[in-house]
Amino acid sequence: RQVSCAAAAYPKRVKVVEVGPRDGLQNEKNVVPTAVKIDLINMLSETGLQVIEATSFVSPKWVPQMADHTEVMQGINKLPGISYPVLTPNLKGFQAAVAAGAKEVSIFGAASELFTKKNINCSIEESLERFEEVMRAAREASIPVRGYVSCVLGCPYEGKISAAKVAEVSKKMFSMGCYEISLGDTIGVGTPGSMREMLAAVVKEVPVGALAVHCHDTYGQALANILVALQMGVSVVDASVAGLGGCPYARGASGNVATEDLVYMLNGLGIHTGVDLQKLMDTGTFICNALNRKTNSKVSQASCRL
Amino acid sequence: MGTVPSALKHCLSYQHLLKEQLWIAEPPAAAQPAQEPQASGLPEYIKIVEVGPRDGLQNEKVIVPTDTKIELINQLSKTGLPAIEVTSFVSSKWVPQMADHKEVMRGIERHPGVQYPVLTPNLRGFNSAIAAGATEVSVFGAASETFSKMNINCSIEESIERFEEITKSARNMNIPVRGYVSCALGCPYEGNIVPDKVAEVSKRLYSMGCYEISLGDTIGVGTPGSMKKMLEAVMKEIPLSALAVHCHDTYGQALANILTAIQMGVAVVDSSVAGLGGCPYAKGATGNVATEDVIYMLNGLGINTGVNLCAVMEAGNFICTALNKKTNSKVAQASFSTGTTN
Repeated sequence: RQVSCAAAAYPKRVKVVEVGPRDGLQNEKNVVPTAVKIDLINMLSETGLQVIEATSFVSPKWVPQMADHTEVMQGINKLPGISYPVLTPNLKGFQAAVAAGAKEVSIFGAASELFTKKNINCSIEESLERFEEVMRAAREASIPVRGYVSCVLGCPYEGKISAAKVAEVSKKMFSMGCYEISLGDTIGVGTPGSMREMLAAVVKEVPVGALAVHCHDTYGQALANILVALQMGVSVVDASVAGLGGCPYARGASGNVATEDLVYMLNGLGIHTGVDLQKLMDTGTFICNALNRKTNSKVSQASCRL
Repeated sequence: MGTVPSALKHCLSYQHLLKEQLWIAEPPAAAQPAQEPQASGLPEYIKIVEVGPRDGLQNEKVIVPTDTKIELINQLSKTGLPAIEVTSFVSSKWVPQMADHKEVMRGIERHPGVQYPVLTPNLRGFNSAIAAGATEVSVFGAASETFSKMNINCSIEESIERFEEITKSARNMNIPVRGYVSCALGCPYEGNIVPDKVAEVSKRLYSMGCYEISLGDTIGVGTPGSMKKMLEAVMKEIPLSALAVHCHDTYGQALANILTAIQMGVAVVDSSVAGLGGCPYAKGATGNVATEDVIYMLNGLGINTGVNLCAVMEAGNFICTALNKKTNSKVAQASFSTGTTN
């Protein structure tokens, strides 16, 4: 009967996947110069983060912010022990990524048919067929592939999303060969209640060790949702330095959860991340200055005075 | 996530979508809860104590006209909130924002079924509160000696003695007294606070007759880890049903801390409409957790609060307009924005 946190055991270690340079910057209005992107990633590489999503090999027509993907990939210091995955929406993007030196890629599915149609103009089934090409090429090149599932707790077009659908798409992507499935609350509408229900369905199809959560803080629920995910055994969490990246569906609203705030919580729980919070905050300060914006991280805001 | 430029134009109006999709729903009596609270071990009902008009406004720089305060409280009275902390009977020398305590107390509509507690730091304040029509009061202790000295210029022990005068009078008049313990998860002066100290002070307040003890993370430094340890210590001394948590969101931890508390059975949560009230110890930092964000989470957990989220958002919109400031509630930010970026 009890699912109290007194009974819940938290993972001893959590892998933090930093998505600021890609997911974060992609949703920032100001286009960031290549040199600044490279500096940002280099600074993040010094914080202890093990995974830093560097850029996206999509057409610059769709995502101008990521137009310099090749230069960024070739310009960053790639420290040993750190992974620098990049987004690849199709085989062409994959090939360009590998040519530019990428050693890990990510593909994006969704648990909503309407979202997939509006986003990439095809059905979920068709999108997975496209990704099969990428999976095949990646297997041949021994390149690990991370799978994202968007809209896992709600869709801006369809509204409520069934947990069973999320489980179905996750299972397909895992079976295709993705080593990890990152479950994204794309518009941040999820709560600990819907997170628990969704994860309960997904863990029946995908081992919990292969799951990650990617929570948006648009409704302030991210850390509470992450807490529940941890209680259910998830040990990989995506976050964005300084909470970079607004929500394209609600003007003025926030998007990604801030890595600083996540690490602060994990530290308080005695969970090992390997991340130096001070260095992370300094990096957040750097990119916020470069973007001429205030941080979305409350830890950073509070610590300014100290 | 993904690429969405052309899709934006086709998105439904967000507010429309949310109302339709029950995320910003009425309390879960009508909606399908994500899970049965009883099955998950969570309380079925949580009492929200709204502290915006007192704790919130007290920490806002701009002095709010009396009429505005009264209007805010009247709007909050219509939301279903069971308790609204109205004002503070402290010397106006110390807290200018609360100088109009008598006028506010006398000017508000008193809705049946809603409690309107007021702060009373000493017997004099208590008497003044009663004369102005108060029917419930609160006293403020702290788990930190230094904080107690800096804040009210006496030791914890001396403050307890002052409060005992109040609880004695209150008992004679059948006036319920709520006890607050500040710095429950950390102190701006002493730093780390030992859970046993929090338990000790809580026990003193409870023994002297406080019906409820609100444990305050005054500077918001707590995390689910420290919340759990602190509550475990306090629960050895105080019955669960007499406990409340008062979390500040200065480090973004409030909802996670509140979730931890309710998972341990705590069923009373303090919050502030629109997240009113900054943190006096960290310039520019936020303070109270926003009532809207708490209710959104509790609705999603299938927990009943009796509170209409939309009505709270409207009250929040009212006071933020009056204060000429942006809301600190993320739910309100996301819901009131129309259209899309770019």
